Amino acid sequence: MSLFLLKRLGAALLAMWVMSLLVFTGVFAIGNPIDVLINPAADQRIIAETIARYGFDQPLWVQYLRFLNGLLHGDFGRSFVFNEPALALIAQKLPATLELALTAMVIAVVIGLPLGLYAGLRPKDLPAQGIMAASIFGFSLPTFWVGLMLILVFSVELGWLPSGGRGETLSVFGIEWSFLTLNGLYHLVLPATNLALFKLSLIIRLTRAGIRETMLQDYVKFARAKGIRPGRIVVVHALRNILIPIVTVIGLEFGSVVAFAVVTETIFSWPGMGRLIIESIQTLDRPVMVAYLMLVVAMFILINVSVDVLNTLLDPRLRHRA
Amino acid sequence: MSPPVSPPSKPVSPARMFWSDFAESKLALLGLAMVVVIVLAAVTAPWIAPQNPYDQAGLSLMDARLPPGTEGSGGYAHWLGTDAAGRDVLSAILFGLRTSIFVAVAAGAFALCLGTVAGLFAAWRGGFAEQAVMRLVDLQLSLPAILLALVLVAALGQGTQQVVIALVAAQYAYFARTAHGAASAERHRDYMDAARVLALPPARQMLRHLLPNILPPLIVVATVQVANAIAIEATLSFLGVGMPVTEPSLGTLIANGFQFMLSGRYWISVYPGLALLALIIGINLVGDQLRDVLNPRLRK
Repeated sequence: MSLFLLKRLGAALLAMWVMSLLVFTGVFAIGNPIDVLINPAADQRIIAETIARYGFDQPLWVQYLRFLNGLLHGDFGRSFVFNEPALALIAQKLPATLELALTAMVIAVVIGLPLGLYAGLRPKDLPAQGIMAASIFGFSLPTFWVGLMLILVFSVELGWLPSGGRGETLSVFGIEWSFLTLNGLYHLVLPATNLALFKLSLIIRLTRAGIRETMLQDYVKFARAKGIRPGRIVVVHALRNILIPIVTVIGLEFGSVVAFAVVTETIFSWPGMGRLIIESIQTLDRPVMVAYLMLVVAMFILINVSVDVLNTLLDPRLRHRA
Repeated sequence: MSPPVSPPSKPVSPARMFWSDFAESKLALLGLAMVVVIVLAAVTAPWIAPQNPYDQAGLSLMDARLPPGTEGSGGYAHWLGTDAAGRDVLSAILFGLRTSIFVAVAAGAFALCLGTVAGLFAAWRGGFAEQAVMRLVDLQLSLPAILLALVLVAALGQGTQQVVIALVAAQYAYFARTAHGAASAERHRDYMDAARVLALPPARQMLRHLLPNILPPLIVVATVQVANAIAIEATLSFLGVGMPVTEPSLGTLIANGFQFMLSGRYWISVYPGLALLALIIGINLVGDQLRDVLNPRLRK
């Protein structure tokens, strides 16, 4: 087990290193950061001084080593725009994004699981077919378009829900949270629904496929023969067994929810790190871009490793293969 | 006199067989019709659009934000209304479709070539080269394509070429994985052994023998990826980091109308959005049916 863990961690570190190389090439080597940093009207002395200060006069590999050294010390540089450490800037925005992403995941699971169960248990019913057709839309409609429609219908036409912002927040341990106030919850509904729709479709389809297979298994037939109530068969016998793949997917998909939050946060003016990255792209604020990227990549890799490890703990067969 | 010969039964051409399989699904036919109509409209836009939306001289601010169906100063009705610059929304959509489709098809074609070459190469060489290429592909596939495209556009800057490059770099991995999987399965088949025994040059073995046999799954991936490319490009442009303002795609049009939506002028955003949806859903319907038709396991 510890050998497996070591191997997995080694692979994760290797992946992080490859990504640091790619991010460095993408953000620093392609394009010219000097154009962004220095006013073209500045005189030669200032230009040379700035270039030397940021180390752009060094060979590329020296620049990369410096960059890597910074990463290892948690130093992503200072934001060109806010003149604050890039990491701190992102850390400030992290709670808002996490709140949005977690709410979206909760919505997706709480609504998706029962709908998927129903669609799988009664696949011929009209509502079940309707659910499946709707889930295709959930897959293929672009997130930003759905967000626009939600605003148009629920904010502009019906006027039920606010179209943007976090609303009132309550401070707990120095971090602002929207979901603790009624007004904040109102503001959370639309963006979280928007972000949830894609995952909702995914969970509906997974649950449906899983339950259809499981209900044909011998242990379900046996449970039926014992005369156990149908509801108990579904919840205790079948659901437990399809939960493992669903939990895996939920874990893996959490990273992509955070990534897609970029779109949702922009539409609903949600002050999270997704909006920060869009603004930093528009202002060419490279340190913030790099910090965001490395953080997201680290999160993805961490999630992947944890899911692998969890699966190994849950399923003894995987342990022997590794 | 020779005995009468019964007329040989006409062989059914593969194309005809393919078509009759495809046409089994009415939904797929509907999707195909949607795609064909939209692509035709986009291609013929300069002739069928009521107005050239790029021609600043032809625009009048008097016509700004007219609701759908109003007659403007040009003397014709704006069936889908006008935007903030007095541009006919229908014309803007037709020209925007051109940009969206061009970018997506170009990106899809390049990604198909690059990914297929990478996948074939990995399957062919095996060993370290295979490990290196496929691990990179796996790493990339664990990140959402939209995130990669966003990063690349950020690094490369705005512009048509940059968006295409970003889309190719974000999407080639899907083709590489498909090509690699199919090629690994096919290369130990008898016909590949035969080609090797005949000592055909490797390029010929790959292109004439292997490639045609791994093409069906690649075609399916290509349809889905073109739809994805359209959606990703629209998202990037909507976020303001995609296509330049001089070449508005559907995403740009939707973004332009966003600010007016809150004041109830829905048409500037909604109609380009509907065009986008019709295109994406049409392609997905076609892709779904292609997947079934081209899947040998479902062959009767």
